[in-house]
Amino acid sequence: MGGLSLNYFLYLLQGMGWTVALTLLAFALGGLAGFLVMLARISPVPAVSRATAAYVQVIQGIPVLVILFIVYFGLGILEIDVPPLVAAGLSLTAYTSAFLGEIWRGAVEAVPRTQMEAAECLALTRWQALRDVILPQAVRIATPPTVGFLVQVLKSTSLASVVGFVELTRAAQVINNSTFQPFLIFGTAGLMYFVLCYPLSLWSRTLERRLNVGRR
Amino acid sequence: MSAVVRLRDVHKSYGAVEVLKGVSFEVASGEVVAVIGRSGSGKSTALRCINRLERIQSGMIEVCGRRVDDAALDLRALRQEVGIVFQSYNLFPHLTIEQNITLAPRRVKRMAQREARELAAEMLAKVGLSEKIDAYPEQLSGGQQQRVAIARSLAMSPRVMLFDEVTSALDPHLTGEVLRVMEALAKGGMTMIVVTHEMGFARRAANRVIFMHMGRVWETGPSSILSNPQTPELKDFMANEL
Ligand SMILES: Nc1ncnc2c1ncn2[C@@H]1O[C@H](COP(=O)(O)OP(=O)(O)O)[C@@H](O)[C@H]1O
Ligand SMILES: [Mg+2]
Repeated sequence: MGGLSLNYFLYLLQGMGWTVALTLLAFALGGLAGFLVMLARISPVPAVSRATAAYVQVIQGIPVLVILFIVYFGLGILEIDVPPLVAAGLSLTAYTSAFLGEIWRGAVEAVPRTQMEAAECLALTRWQALRDVILPQAVRIATPPTVGFLVQVLKSTSLASVVGFVELTRAAQVINNSTFQPFLIFGTAGLMYFVLCYPLSLWSRTLERRLNVGRR
Repeated sequence: MSAVVRLRDVHKSYGAVEVLKGVSFEVASGEVVAVIGRSGSGKSTALRCINRLERIQSGMIEVCGRRVDDAALDLRALRQEVGIVFQSYNLFPHLTIEQNITLAPRRVKRMAQREARELAAEMLAKVGLSEKIDAYPEQLSGGQQQRVAIARSLAMSPRVMLFDEVTSALDPHLTGEVLRVMEALAKGGMTMIVVTHEMGFARRAANRVIFMHMGRVWETGPSSILSNPQTPELKDFMANEL
């Protein structure tokens, strides 16, 4: 026995590819939805802001795994056939949208109120002020925690293994079921996760340091 | 009909606290009015009501014939007539000086980029900062930033300019350059309402002085009232300013 055969390694690598794909999917869709969540949270219409706050509270108050079960099995009972990728993508999108929405709202609110005031005093509309004055400053503030959260999303994709989507964790399970070398197999999978996550964490920290220097 | 700004019996409260208790005054076209008074007397609030950063409870405010207290006011039209400069400059830190100045003309007046740049250059020349057009705000001193804030406001060709203690955050040696810009503006015929602690500026540049006290216009008149106050409150205030 000994090492990991090339075939198994390639199988893990393929799983890793799906992990990345699922992460990007959740991040892209969740980012889009999160942007809307942020806009709704800062809306001057109280009903909009409050309804969105409720959505965020609900999503943040439920484990991603449970959201995934609700989507996968719940919709299944309604005779809607949900492929594992779609179920995992939807759940992670919801999860990502709630958290990114809050991170970005925090960033927007961290821009001094006087900036919006100055823009409005120059006769800019609220939208123009948001786009040209507030958001560019908020992006700077939001980038480090956003990249940091990307790591969370990436690790959360391992939950998709539960509904049978063959990403990295599921691939490792499959191999282990026939080789019974959990330490080697899951160790390798863990290393692959680390290889993906660690650079992101480093990057996030670098960005944060640069931001603090820029602000003095 | 020559009044550019007109306040009549303006009342403004924050919650249960009444901050303006029936303020009335008028500012004619080309007039420079200095508003003085102790901290908390309602000077900033009065300015903020004039360009409707704050809504009032009762009374009337009119700017260039527009009723500011009217709920149906075209806010953006009002803001194009009224420029305001704050103590804290509030430049946009992520934009160059040129972009700070041209943002509103380009977005609001749909000015072309080249024309806007020329406008920025012209406004910067007015405040003596032509060489800073491509700099960022953080590269400028406080006095320079405040002059850019003035230029940014002027670029929208307002009919009246409001200044709220624009030199109060500056080191004493930087206030002069800002005051000189404002005096030049006054000489050029701009209608100005200037909340200030600079009595020298009030004496030199103001046609009229309004002394606010406890949410009211307590005393008003030509700048000579600074040397010859009629009310004990203004006398007291002037004694403390010296
Ligand atoms: N946004 C606000 N909320 C509550 N109270 C305020 C607010 N702004 C000003 N005030 C109060 O209104 C009073 C007048 O303030 P202000 O107009 O800033 O005075 P001044 O500019 O003359 O120093 C003060 O007592 C201040 O505490
Ligand atoms: Mg004030």
